[in-house]
Amino acid sequence: MTAISEHTQNGQPLLRVNGLKKYFPVRSGVFSRTSAWVKAVDDVSLTIQHSETLGLVGESGCGKTTVGRTILRLMEPTAGEAIFEGNNIFHLGAKELRAARRHMQIIFQDPYSSLNPRMTVGSIVGEPLKIHRLAKGSDLQDQVEQLLIRVGLRPEHHSRYPHEFSGGQRQRVGIARALALRPKFIVCDEAVSALDVSIQAQIINLLKDLQEEFQLAYLFITHDLNVVEYLAQRIAVMYLGKLAEVAPTETLFEDAQHPYTQALLSANPIPDPSKQGDRIVLEGDVPSPLNPPVGCRFHTRCPQVMDICKTNEPPLIHIGPIQNEHQVWCHLHS
Amino acid sequence: MNNQTIDTAQEMHEEPLLPHETPWEEFVRIFQKDRIAVAGCVILACLFVAAMAGKVLTEWVIVFDTEIVRLPDKFSPPLSFPSDEVVALDIQPTFGVYVFGTDELGRDVFARMLQGAFVSLSIGFIAVGISVFIGILLGGLSGFYGKMKLGFMTVDTLIMRFTDVMLCFPTFFLILTVVALLPPSIYNIMIVIGLTSWMGTARFVRAEFLSLREQDFVIAAQALGIPERRIIFRHMVPNAIAPVLVSATIGVAGAILTESALSFLGFGVQPPYATWGNILSDGKGFIFDAPWLFFIPGFAIFVVVLAFNLVGEGLREALNPKLRSR
Repeated sequence: MTAISEHTQNGQPLLRVNGLKKYFPVRSGVFSRTSAWVKAVDDVSLTIQHSETLGLVGESGCGKTTVGRTILRLMEPTAGEAIFEGNNIFHLGAKELRAARRHMQIIFQDPYSSLNPRMTVGSIVGEPLKIHRLAKGSDLQDQVEQLLIRVGLRPEHHSRYPHEFSGGQRQRVGIARALALRPKFIVCDEAVSALDVSIQAQIINLLKDLQEEFQLAYLFITHDLNVVEYLAQRIAVMYLGKLAEVAPTETLFEDAQHPYTQALLSANPIPDPSKQGDRIVLEGDVPSPLNPPVGCRFHTRCPQVMDICKTNEPPLIHIGPIQNEHQVWCHLHS
Repeated sequence: MNNQTIDTAQEMHEEPLLPHETPWEEFVRIFQKDRIAVAGCVILACLFVAAMAGKVLTEWVIVFDTEIVRLPDKFSPPLSFPSDEVVALDIQPTFGVYVFGTDELGRDVFARMLQGAFVSLSIGFIAVGISVFIGILLGGLSGFYGKMKLGFMTVDTLIMRFTDVMLCFPTFFLILTVVALLPPSIYNIMIVIGLTSWMGTARFVRAEFLSLREQDFVIAAQALGIPERRIIFRHMVPNAIAPVLVSATIGVAGAILTESALSFLGFGVQPPYATWGNILSDGKGFIFDAPWLFFIPGFAIFVVVLAFNLVGEGLREALNPKLRSR
């Protein structure tokens, strides 16, 4: 915790995303004309501090993964900026981008497709070190073994192939690969969602330990509220390509302001039969991002919908005494 | 908190690993289970030896001479011995016996079959080599750089429509036309077969590249700042090569058949150079008098094409992850 306050004191967040948009063209017809746009991410702004975990939650298809991948410029953004340590990632040339990639990494959901089946674990973990000329020869071998030990694998595993490992072990290999370049920021894209519960706990603890040891900042993308409650300092809730609410974890869980967040929280299972009851059940399906509702995107399913919601987009409202701490996009609070 | 993690780490250390096996060992293990494919492999191995031996023994160290004409011994059936006249002239076959008989000029069919084996195999492999090279190149370009604009269409559209155009031609007649225009030579036939059979490979590779490009490990490689060239050749090509290998194996069989058909029609390798196709073609006139002239090359083509197809099927099974137990 000391590390966090130390970094926040000098004011600059590690990463500031402003007005990020990512539209996918829908092509149709003989000449593949663009007939419509899927607004997967529409005007999202986030900040992530040094050594902080920001949880990004929302249901399937709301654009969480697109946010993570666009920030790392694994997809080209449609608009917006991402300032990482003073540089706008979206404007970097090929060479600068490669250098910047050393500082930001990604861990994937599916441990089966995230490792090249034709490479040994040693070369998977060692490849980034070799490409960025950080180590070679026996030094490379040493570093790879250190990384494997650090993520809870045995050094002699380096000559093995991915198919010889279980899901949890593969996820550890994926973590070791992401750690190899000693990044400052890692996007965890549903990093524990594909694992069974006991392995999930191990991986979450591993991620937490690594965060302390290497001062990592995480963007933790998930749909599992229990996981973010344990890991994240702040949580951002997304609905249909837009942010609904951003708040520190405790605030969000105790005092959610957006009706969508309230519904999400009420849907989170509590392991106590006597505490069931006041669930907010949302009607209908998520509207298509091809043709999102006018006004507030949530108004078609919102239990507290008002007339203004159907015409005007909700403004950003700051709640509480501290500026930018608890943000909500909802007409109920304006 | 920390203690707990150390505990879980130690648990991991205890978790047993599956037995160590490289992808090659795994491939061999699965391939060996397929008895028929292994039999095909054995046949092909014999054919290789025969083709190499044939090239050496008929061309450089002339042990079997394909061109000696022994008119007194024409149409000798297989395993017959040379007549006294031939023995007197000292032009008897090697080992003193016509293993596969003789043709209408009294030439040793065994020697000619040996020579033809090398022709068939080299045409099969070189033609398929050319077609696989073109197929990987065009399919790879189309799959990886497909979205790049080239005037009013994308690279992908351009390459795939060209592939469609090539597929529209009746290949065999295209080959016949081209071969009729070009001077007949074994190299022209290899090139023509290669240039007209790459379309399947191109489509395979394009499809594989399209799906691989979206795979997490390729995205991870991008995130790690690994150069594009290395992503293509180190991460994508090795994972796309399996179906290509299968279609190439079966393609060799196709090329051998095409060459035989061309030689049979007289457009292929020209006499006196022997190939299985022109031995067959020569023999067709004597099918009732000297059936071995027809059946021996015909059966050889049949067995070799079957063997290549069986090995191809075995490879498909051993290389396709979806058919594996895990």
